[in-house]
Amino acid sequence: MGKKILLEHIDVPGIDTYDVYRKQGGYTAVEKALKTMTPDSVVEEVKKAGVRGRGGAGFPMGMKWSFLAKPEGVPRYLVCNADESEPGTFKDHYLMKHIPHLLIEGMIISSFALGANKSFIYVRGELMYVIRILEKAIAEAKAAGFLGKNIMGSGYDLELVVQPGGGAYICGEETALLESLEGKRGNPRNKPPFPAVKGLYQCPTVVNNVESISTTPWIVNNGGDAYAAIGIGRSTGTKLISASGHINKPGVYEIELGVSVEDFIYADEWCGGIRPGHKLKAVVAGGSSVPILPANLILNLANGDKRLMTYESLSDGGFATGTMLGSGGFIVMDETACVVRNTWNFSRFYHHESCGQCSPCREGTGWMEKVLHRIEHGHGSLHDIDLLVDVAKKIEGNTICPLGDAAAWPVGSAIRHFRDEFEWHIKHPVEATQPGAVYRGEMALV
Amino acid sequence: MTTETNAKIEFTPERQVLAKEIIARYPEGKQKSALLPLLHLAQEQWGWTSPEVMDYVAGLLSIEPVEVYEVATFYTMFHLDPVGKHVIEYCRTGPCCLMGAEDVYAHLKQKLGIDAGQTTPDGKFTLKEVECLAACGMGPVFQIREQYYMHLTNQRVDEIIEELSK
Amino acid sequence: MEDNKPQLVKVTVDGIEVEVEPGTTILQAARKIGPEVAPPAMCYYQPLKGSGGKCRACLVKVAAGSAKDPRPMPKLVASCITPVQDGMVVENTTSPQVLEARKGVVEFLLINHPLDCPVCDQAGECDLQNFAFEHGAAKTRYEEERRTFDKHDLGPYIQLHMTRCILCYRCVFTADQITNKRVHGVMNRGDHAEISTYIEKAIDNDFSGNVIDVCPVGALTDKTYRFKNRVWFSRPVDAHRDCPTCSGNVTLWYRGEEVIRVTARKNEWNEVKEFICNTCRFETKKTSDWVIEGPTKIARSSVITANKYRADTVKPDFVSRIAAANYKPIDDARDTSQLSIQQLPPERFANSN
Repeated sequence: MGKKILLEHIDVPGIDTYDVYRKQGGYTAVEKALKTMTPDSVVEEVKKAGVRGRGGAGFPMGMKWSFLAKPEGVPRYLVCNADESEPGTFKDHYLMKHIPHLLIEGMIISSFALGANKSFIYVRGELMYVIRILEKAIAEAKAAGFLGKNIMGSGYDLELVVQPGGGAYICGEETALLESLEGKRGNPRNKPPFPAVKGLYQCPTVVNNVESISTTPWIVNNGGDAYAAIGIGRSTGTKLISASGHINKPGVYEIELGVSVEDFIYADEWCGGIRPGHKLKAVVAGGSSVPILPANLILNLANGDKRLMTYESLSDGGFATGTMLGSGGFIVMDETACVVRNTWNFSRFYHHESCGQCSPCREGTGWMEKVLHRIEHGHGSLHDIDLLVDVAKKIEGNTICPLGDAAAWPVGSAIRHFRDEFEWHIKHPVEATQPGAVYRGEMALV
Repeated sequence: MTTETNAKIEFTPERQVLAKEIIARYPEGKQKSALLPLLHLAQEQWGWTSPEVMDYVAGLLSIEPVEVYEVATFYTMFHLDPVGKHVIEYCRTGPCCLMGAEDVYAHLKQKLGIDAGQTTPDGKFTLKEVECLAACGMGPVFQIREQYYMHLTNQRVDEIIEELSK
Repeated sequence: MEDNKPQLVKVTVDGIEVEVEPGTTILQAARKIGPEVAPPAMCYYQPLKGSGGKCRACLVKVAAGSAKDPRPMPKLVASCITPVQDGMVVENTTSPQVLEARKGVVEFLLINHPLDCPVCDQAGECDLQNFAFEHGAAKTRYEEERRTFDKHDLGPYIQLHMTRCILCYRCVFTADQITNKRVHGVMNRGDHAEISTYIEKAIDNDFSGNVIDVCPVGALTDKTYRFKNRVWFSRPVDAHRDCPTCSGNVTLWYRGEEVIRVTARKNEWNEVKEFICNTCRFETKKTSDWVIEGPTKIARSSVITANKYRADTVKPDFVSRIAAANYKPIDDARDTSQLSIQQLPPERFANSN
């Protein structure tokens, strides 16, 4: 059994209510922080913990906090990014739905550390029912004196606002989220300036993911060093992994960073193996945007060592043989999955979700989708494959925000590792377009 | 459901109170932040966001109507045309498709006799294709208003449609 | 050498050093050196606050971030919005990576562009045409169906041909910043995003016509001018009038003796110097309404200068030899662009010194 930090009490009946959460030790971290610590010492603990942003980018949270500008007389904001929309990722949804108070407690601690008196939780609009759960939890926390003016006599004021999105993946990008929160279209901003200097309402702002913020109560209670002791190297602590696809037990799992990919897929504690009678073909390990890897490369590094569920191990080998931990959206495919169809599907997603602001992404995502659609539907030609690689390359790195990269990587990696499958689709259009037809050529299944 | 054109566009008294509360959440001068919450509130009342409704929301926030149109057309949740009583928004993204979503949706379309983007002649159901709903482990998934329906199968779809048809 | 300007920072663009004020963008620094090293700009527009960063045409490589931290920047940056640092080394046309990326941007901008230049009013003064000519590939790899939109009238003077739009947002910034009420904006998103009023509405205010001038392509056109002319057949003349609404400083576009179009004056970067009102632009088209100042300066390289410099046009040698052998003066009854400015009534010249 691995250490549980976020989901320790997930099975306690009524954990979504204040009373039960409190009985399980909830809000003791708020008491500790506000009564015995200074904002700076909270920041220090989070830095020591080495938590890396759990939304996908993996940027050290403590460092992000320490970048926050603190000009005199200007309000500072903390905004929680609960716009979880990356295909394959549903951990924040799960966490907020089941233990809303954990996020609220984390928001109070984080806001205190950053000196924010009004903080926002931006939840994707589709999760309106979760918004209602959070609003109820906020009302309970307020009634218990953990929100509002002069919290527990500490002199610290905090108000939490839950903001619904309107249906736009791009608002998971932090500056698009801020634009959206200001009541505008979710167009990512040009950077610099970064939100730490000019964020919400042009004031210094920190944007953190739900899971990141939810680690702070444990860190305050147990210390940053204790958190850093979990995991391996720079991948400290635990991570929520959203497991989906062709596995026996899809769901959200909290793992100590450092378990092997093989154990994660096959152990009963987690995914419980590939569904009966099938074999592992490929995995998209960190949400739809990260490179897809074939079975042998997701289980093992290029040198034959076991690949681990850490930021470093998953990215070992660069994009040639590696991928990324990303948001932890772990999508497993067995041999019945068609990589071409799946790539087209993801490509359609990014095409649909591009904000349309900058030209490489606006035009390039649509172009890739159309070409992939053609290949999938039996109208491709062999030069389309190289065309896709080139278009992806021309988008990557040239856009305002990372959506361009997110759209380019799945296409580039699918062709890198499954080129034969693309060629088969093109050379055998009749066969390939039969319902349920899947490439059965040479490939390593595990 | 269509909005009667001659009916006065105005929130119900309860929603007017709520709208005021929402607007007051934001710092002075930043009331435009209330736009998305108010559009959700409007859609809850009228079923869709007609130009008249958007103009009304613009008035509440003292912004230009075009600022509302820009926003409402950017986000996918706002219905810019009248919709049926139940809007079924089904996830078409990869992880759901791996779980056989395409077959389930084909069944759903056949059952209702409509395609994505259409409304049944009796005005009861509208089908809308959406992207990932953040419930990938529980796919196939669709959403009707605030309710998520997960682990969909043909049989489950039949049950849900029959239940809602009553 | 004067060394009393400690506030200036040194930047190198394509090997040429220039001193600029701190906070200057890379693009502005490069422009200070000259058009040869200035990156192209399809969305950035100096007079409009907040413009830039979108089209990615001006991407450059920062080979050294600053004297203090000479590490290169990991990605290409949009030069129009990236401020310079002292000691920064920028590669524009000297970087193959930049040229490759730019070729990509041209291709992206063109895949859904109608390429109807032969019937487009903007042809000849189109930023996209110039950009594609200088940085693009000779043919397209795009085989899919192109996106199209219907044409819309935005009131009596302006037509929106959205299919040509590259979503630079300049017209939106213009409406926000120089008119009192914006009625058009960007609707929808992704490659379906479009400039629109959403519900049929006229853009109706005194300065609305300026959206035509700022449009880098032929998406917003002057309905009083549509299909009347090819720009290289007309002759631009600076003129002014006493206007109660705007500065009254304009460029008149003559075809023969007829003013067929009035625009704001533009600088060498094709940016409006002073925005003008609709009365000047659309309703004041008689020579007698204006005080003529003289011919507008047009870059020699522009197609607008075609046929305007008969005697001393410098042509590449191999062309000139062939041309000399075959040269005939143009004798086209329709082409009146040969008329010289002096043929206008002398009282129309304000400063004839």
